[in-house]
Amino acid sequence: MTWINAVVQGVLIGGLYAMFAAGLSLIFGVMRLVNIGHGDLIVAASYLAWAVVHATGLHPLTSLVIVAPLAAAFGYALQLGVLNHTLGKGILPPLLVTFGLSVILQNGMLLIFTADTRKLDAGALETGSFALSPGVDIGYLPLLMFATALVVIAALQFLFYSTSLGREFRAVSDDREVAALMGIDDRRVYASAMALSLAVVAVAGVFLAIRSNFDPFMGPGRLIFGFEAVIIGGLGNLWGTLAGGVILGVAQGVGAEINPGWQVLAGHIAFFLVLAVRPRGLFPRIS
Amino acid sequence: MVEPLLRVEALRASYGDARALHGVSLELRAGETLALIGANGAGKSTLLKAICGLVGQNEGRILFKGEDIARRPASRIVRLGVALAPEGRRMFPSLSVEENLILGGKARRPGPWSLESVYALFPVLKERRRQPAPAMSGGQQQMCAIGRALMSNPELLLLDELSLGLAPTIIKDIYELLPRIAAGGVATILVEQDVTRALATAERFVCLQEGHVSLEGDPAEHSRDDITRAYFGT
Repeated sequence: MTWINAVVQGVLIGGLYAMFAAGLSLIFGVMRLVNIGHGDLIVAASYLAWAVVHATGLHPLTSLVIVAPLAAAFGYALQLGVLNHTLGKGILPPLLVTFGLSVILQNGMLLIFTADTRKLDAGALETGSFALSPGVDIGYLPLLMFATALVVIAALQFLFYSTSLGREFRAVSDDREVAALMGIDDRRVYASAMALSLAVVAVAGVFLAIRSNFDPFMGPGRLIFGFEAVIIGGLGNLWGTLAGGVILGVAQGVGAEINPGWQVLAGHIAFFLVLAVRPRGLFPRIS
Repeated sequence: MVEPLLRVEALRASYGDARALHGVSLELRAGETLALIGANGAGKSTLLKAICGLVGQNEGRILFKGEDIARRPASRIVRLGVALAPEGRRMFPSLSVEENLILGGKARRPGPWSLESVYALFPVLKERRRQPAPAMSGGQQQMCAIGRALMSNPELLLLDELSLGLAPTIIKDIYELLPRIAAGGVATILVEQDVTRALATAERFVCLQEGHVSLEGDPAEHSRDDITRAYFGT
């Protein structure tokens, strides 16, 4: 029964990894930009939520009403002001600039919030659970996290394939030049994509901060989990990203069941195996 | 004298390090059809791209309805009424046929062209409207590229390499439809490998040779020899 429990808990935590990954996948899909600062942006959203909760006394989840729009506005400005200038000049400039962003964010957070670990308190939500079967308890928080991941992915999927903004995302991804001929200003489309990515980052950041302690330097680890989920699922496929998150979560859960020290390593090994067998991921959309 | 719709003055344009146009001047009146001919590398495609804003480095002036658009971004120029059906069709592969057309109408200029009128012109596009654009044949993609350009209700339509790689029957079909497009009052610049067909369709022609205008005028007033000489530079 402990094995089944490990798998179930792994599936649920996979929802969080899918949320780490969705924004990363979206940005890569629209503008082929690999955002090295993605994990740090997630942690920055955690700190922003922490600050908002302390200033207003809102419940952490309710604080998203303020945190998500702020994160989106920051993403829009970041893309227009900085990242757009790195595009179209090869693969290196965006990598270097987002790496720099990562360093700036980590040290900025250290300066403002110190190295002390923090946590968001979501009250009864954190401890409540129900028994699925004897030995398998489902926590309300992991369940909510997984359900939120489903909603986020379904919403992104809808936006991408059924709205005019999504049509423009796909058009600039296909052919920037012809998109410009249609009257699309690609800089603004990219900025909208980054805003959307950071809105998802905000949701992921709040769940991260409720689930565990966080500090200014845990971003790169979240980036790796996000990357692994994207690559396992296949580039450009949002539902694949969810599957990637779940596979990563289950591998970690099963690894921890074998030996607590193997949790993170087991995730990396699963990633490595998928990469070795199917280098383009399980369900690739982008070649 | 009436102000021309388009006046290109001493245009020089470069692609990377290579200069493709060395001071090209031409004029086009509203509603006129112009054939732009010349050998490979003469600068025809570069000229079309420069007019619609896709060539970054250029000197000289491109006046459209009296406004200099030479250094405007492409996304602005389409709003003024210039549309390009690019060489190689360049459909958006991840969009359906209908989505390709809808994006063509993003500039939201008023005029006769809409999804219905484009489908009336090319009924095959309506049958295939839900399919991904790459599922269509080359000829159908060319129709879609023309339809997509028309969706912006342009006053100037640029058709680059209209017949390249298409079956002769399809080329004939498309050329038979061009007068219906011109009847709406849109001026056209036609870049074409098939010189005979282009000259038969156009009211005027401009021949480019290595980035210069080597000959221009009414196709009927120049002998085939003159045109051949201007084309190959012999």
